Amino acid sequence: MKPNTGKYVQQLRAIKVTINKEYVLAFVAVILGLLAGAALMLLTGNNPVSGYYYLFRGGLMNVERVGNTLATATPLIFTGLSVAFAFRTGLFNIGASGQMLIGGLFATAVGLTLDWPKPLLLPVMVFAALVGGGLWAALPGWLKARFNVHEVVATIMMNWIAYWTVFYTVPRYFKGPFLETESQRIPYNASLKLNSLTSLFGGSYINLGIFIALLFVLIAAVILERTTLGYELKAVGFNRHAAESAGISVNKNIILSMTIAGALAGLGGATFYVGYASNMQIGVLPSHGFDGIAVALLGANTPLGVLGASVFFGLLHTGKGFMNAMTRIPPEIADTVMATIIYFAATSIMVERVWTRWRAKRGGVR
Amino acid sequence: MWLVFVQIFPYAVTYTIPLLITALGGLFSERSGIVNIGLEGLMVIGMFTSALVIYTLEPVYPGTAVWFGLMAAVIAGSLFSLLHAFACITLNANQVISGIAINMIAGALTTYLARNITGSGNILIVHSLSRKTIPVLSQIPLVGRLFFTQTYATTWVVLAILALSSFVLYKTVFGLRLRACGEHPHAADSAGINVYLIRYIGVMLSGALAGLGGAIVIVTYSGEFSGTASGLGFLALAALIFGQWKPAGILAATFFFGIASTVANVSQVIPALAVIPGIILKTSPYILTLFALVLSSKFSQVPKALGEPYDKGKR
Repeated sequence: MKPNTGKYVQQLRAIKVTINKEYVLAFVAVILGLLAGAALMLLTGNNPVSGYYYLFRGGLMNVERVGNTLATATPLIFTGLSVAFAFRTGLFNIGASGQMLIGGLFATAVGLTLDWPKPLLLPVMVFAALVGGGLWAALPGWLKARFNVHEVVATIMMNWIAYWTVFYTVPRYFKGPFLETESQRIPYNASLKLNSLTSLFGGSYINLGIFIALLFVLIAAVILERTTLGYELKAVGFNRHAAESAGISVNKNIILSMTIAGALAGLGGATFYVGYASNMQIGVLPSHGFDGIAVALLGANTPLGVLGASVFFGLLHTGKGFMNAMTRIPPEIADTVMATIIYFAATSIMVERVWTRWRAKRGGVR
Repeated sequence: MWLVFVQIFPYAVTYTIPLLITALGGLFSERSGIVNIGLEGLMVIGMFTSALVIYTLEPVYPGTAVWFGLMAAVIAGSLFSLLHAFACITLNANQVISGIAINMIAGALTTYLARNITGSGNILIVHSLSRKTIPVLSQIPLVGRLFFTQTYATTWVVLAILALSSFVLYKTVFGLRLRACGEHPHAADSAGINVYLIRYIGVMLSGALAGLGGAIVIVTYSGEFSGTASGLGFLALAALIFGQWKPAGILAATFFFGIASTVANVSQVIPALAVIPGIILKTSPYILTLFALVLSSKFSQVPKALGEPYDKGKR
């Protein structure tokens, strides 16, 4: 045994402790968000206990609902992974919504153009979505690497370019038979929905996307934790200058990280537009991109954390309709809770300060 | 072509004004050093507040309810922006994440409240602001027709605020201090300026003006609150960057965006305009902003301390 093994073990412990702390802070943010939601329900004359009861029941009460929760979580897992992946390289991907739209557009275009058998068509569609989203994010990555254009602004611009691209492309080339504002319906052989899976979950929206998502949670975790690529990406995120002097090409890794992030979001687009939904609506920038930021933040930017947080958000999204039907509480309470959770996650330093002060008062040792 | 231009000009102005005032709000925040991508959400707050106040007061004060609505939006916007200011300035939180949270809270919370009030989640106002022609000035050849016919009173209010902001920013002590906080907060601090206070004021001004921007959308061309500003806040952010964080630049950028959007919207009615595809017109603001960012990467006008939390202990 090498003499410095003890040091490594110590370092490992330190890493474990910091991750634990991040999960604790995320948990506190969730609790505070739920409390804020409860306060809002009280203020508007509603009963928060029954509100939350029906909210959670609505997402869990039978296999169909559970299926819907998973189906709603699927695109969130992808956008969450996308944001988390870029974040590990020190990049902020606000453009997951746009990348999702382009991924969805590519998948839809392939699905409506080719009339191939399902097992052959689906991989091509999914790959098209991956390429579309990846390319859409590669541009801001390149702008960042080459011209030092801030990726936050660049990806926001790319979101709206994607929005208008879909707005004009879908009616022009893939117009549905009834409305100007939506594409044709995706035929069954081009849909990620599987009859046997749908009936297993009592007719829910669940589709093959969830399995692709689980696969990519695993892939992302392996890339980040077990490969040289992941090590280099994280090294750039920790300290650009140190990485540079260690011979890691910062610019290459920035472009690569954004491209992978975009590809993940593009896959999310496929699972949403040709999985969960059955056609593409124009004039909507999907909220998943921003929810993805929340999910990544709550999941401490780790693939497993993202998975957990996505399922939680999926649960809230699925339960809100049921809650609205059973009580008189508007469904937007769920969105308010989620938004408040992000705010509390962003300001978690406040919790940390209170915690430290409390510990100091008790005379405890940190 | 001139005739077409005269025809669409009032619509372009109507579309420009809310963008202009919102981008101007963003300017105050960003020149003080705080990134504000919450403009979209602050606009939604302004839209909700103005629609609600006007909806409530319309039966009582049919003529003046609109103005009460505008004022309420200014107050609500500045109060709501305190959330962003508190997170970014007092807690040194990530300004981008806080901005996103602001956008999400604003959209969800206002729709939640609107549903509690009206049931549908939309708030419709009956009496919008009406277009007026200014008596004497409208008789001036060319200019009179263009600028002084069919104008909203809010347009003049906004232009007055723009002129005043320009003056405040470049000719007053407060403006100098605000810019100093965005460029070099430590230097500002050692000169005895309260960086935190100045930044709080900057963010609150952005909230007030973005709230006003949202309210102007309601009282001029929209007439209805529906829970979203449909990306106008992000367009204003693009204008702020394309205009290089300067009042005159913002005016030019927003007017250009206004023209482009109007041409795209009316191109089906006016055949002369249909030659340019809508997709190019609608995406041009964002593409141009990307180009502006690339070009300005060498000689950028971006406030130097933008996005960095101010830490007294760091030198």
